[in-house]
Amino acid sequence: MTSLIAVRGMSKSYTMGSNTVMALDTVSLEIAEGEFVAIMGASGSGKSTFMNLLGCLDTPSAGEYRLAGEKVSDLTTDQLATIRNRRIGFVFQQFNLLPRTSALENVELPLLYSSIPSAKRRALAMARLNEVGLGSRTDHQPSQLSGGQQQRVAIARALANNPSLILADEPTGALDSRTSIEIMALLQKLNAQRMTIVMVTHEPDIAAFASRIVTFRDGKIISDVKNTPADAQSQLSAVTVETS
Amino acid sequence: MNLLATLRVAMNALRVNMLRSVLTMLGIIIGVAAVITMLAVGAGAELRIQEQIKSLGSNLMIITAGARTANGVRIGTGATPDLTEDDATAIAREVSEVEAAAPTYRGSAQVVNGNANWATQVFGITPDYFVVRNWTLEEGRMFEPAELAGAGKVALIGQTVARELFGDNDPMDQTIRIKNVPVTIVGVLSRKGQNMTGNDQDDVIMVPLATARNRIIGVEPGKQRQVGMIQLKVFDGESMSEAEDKIRSLMRQRMRTTEGQPDPITLRNMTEMLQAQEESSRVMAMLLAAVASVSLIVGGIGIMNIMLVSVTERTREIGLRLAVGARSRDILTQFLVEAVTLSVLGGLIGIALGVGGSWMIAEIAGWQTQLSTASIILAVSFSAVVGIFFGFYPARKAASLLPIQALRYE
Repeated sequence: MTSLIAVRGMSKSYTMGSNTVMALDTVSLEIAEGEFVAIMGASGSGKSTFMNLLGCLDTPSAGEYRLAGEKVSDLTTDQLATIRNRRIGFVFQQFNLLPRTSALENVELPLLYSSIPSAKRRALAMARLNEVGLGSRTDHQPSQLSGGQQQRVAIARALANNPSLILADEPTGALDSRTSIEIMALLQKLNAQRMTIVMVTHEPDIAAFASRIVTFRDGKIISDVKNTPADAQSQLSAVTVETS
Repeated sequence: MNLLATLRVAMNALRVNMLRSVLTMLGIIIGVAAVITMLAVGAGAELRIQEQIKSLGSNLMIITAGARTANGVRIGTGATPDLTEDDATAIAREVSEVEAAAPTYRGSAQVVNGNANWATQVFGITPDYFVVRNWTLEEGRMFEPAELAGAGKVALIGQTVARELFGDNDPMDQTIRIKNVPVTIVGVLSRKGQNMTGNDQDDVIMVPLATARNRIIGVEPGKQRQVGMIQLKVFDGESMSEAEDKIRSLMRQRMRTTEGQPDPITLRNMTEMLQAQEESSRVMAMLLAAVASVSLIVGGIGIMNIMLVSVTERTREIGLRLAVGARSRDILTQFLVEAVTLSVLGGLIGIALGVGGSWMIAEIAGWQTQLSTASIILAVSFSAVVGIFFGFYPARKAASLLPIQALRYE
């Protein structure tokens, strides 16, 4: 099993006025392909900074980051944009869908930036929406969808360009507990298809669905444990049968 | 991302905010429509002035006798060897550029019809006068050869004279007295209106040249063929200055002017006046267009304003686009294309309104308007430039956002 993510001695510091804040302090971590990692920690622990660096949204102050063998820590911003486009799918707490734009067009968004002809774009986006169970809602705008459905559209968007990694930043933070479990079931299903997922959360019962839990405090990793994931699908079946 | 896709994204963003887009375009719409309408009105006015001057005779020349110095006293024009009607004939025959040369002899006189009387100008003319002045008869006939040769007691009267002497009655074939000479009216001139110095050109009576000289105004003894001036018409398209040169040398010859002496004649033409009038109407049109351009610039500032608001409002969208792989130049292009689309679309609607507006001005106000392709092209390219210029700053602002900051923006 090869390492998809290899982080060595990575630091990130911010200068605020006269004092320098070490948001991330020489962190090293390896994540293998097909893992489902939950990153936990209190706010200010450095987990969000770490996620931004993993997502190539930010560049480290020191250290090295390899994604699928490629050393991304010294790429230009345009090259980073290409990496984000081809290799990484983002899922956000607030879904971040384009308002007044159909679900299908939202899913197409990453494909727009990778020069895929429009017919193929449409077909790919359609397939992704089917995958997340929203094949019948392609024309709906975000305001016409429930929170759970919106997050599914966001996941379909993350999958659109067939990335190697999905980064989910508090994906259930804006959802009720039942919908949260539904989303986790979807992520587990994707993980079962060998999709690597890294998820930031501060809720232990959400982290419980991951196969590995990494905990941050004060910019450092304080624990890194294997976890027997809870089965989201069976939890769903346990509660009153309801079609989603 | 290719340009077509960018265009689609931009159109989508504009469609999503339909009302705002339309309101933003309004500035450009009004600006472009104003520029086009104002230029059309200006060009129309210029055209009208040109036509007016042409009707007065833009290819008209007037010859009078030149100035003369006698015993150290400089005497005004008309004081040198007299012009004769033979000079007119010679010019018409020998200068190929000249279409017609009309000798005239004029004076003023009191005219009487029964108990009505009126002071007016009496012109002694030949039929060439009508060619030179582009003038026609409203009714009646031209002088016959016998009347021209034999100083016939016939007259053509202008509209003003007809009104003053006859009121609503028909003046045809009536006899009036000019300085106690009874003449028969054989025709009425068509209306000519005022000339550029404000004189009423219809306040005139025309008689054969010989009649004016011998019967009405009179000449000094021994100057039986004298005329006051010769009016010339040069063929369309022929050079005025060439004709002028030929006429000058011909007249020097005829009047036996020695080398070094000043010209025996004075030549005047309408070109200068035409140029001055055209110049003033062009300045007027430029002024109108400049005022209209100000509204275009104001429209451009409106676009910049809205684009800045839009960038701020869509910061999270920009963050998302950056996160899913947009490069900063994709963002720059997107916002630039949005701004340019707004201004060009506004420009196109503005053209339609401007064309409609100038048509309406022509219809309702009765002003002549003249649409030109140049002004339309000018207005559209100007609006596109406005879009790029005023769209660039907001687009730069959007493109320089950092992905994480944009994503977290509340």
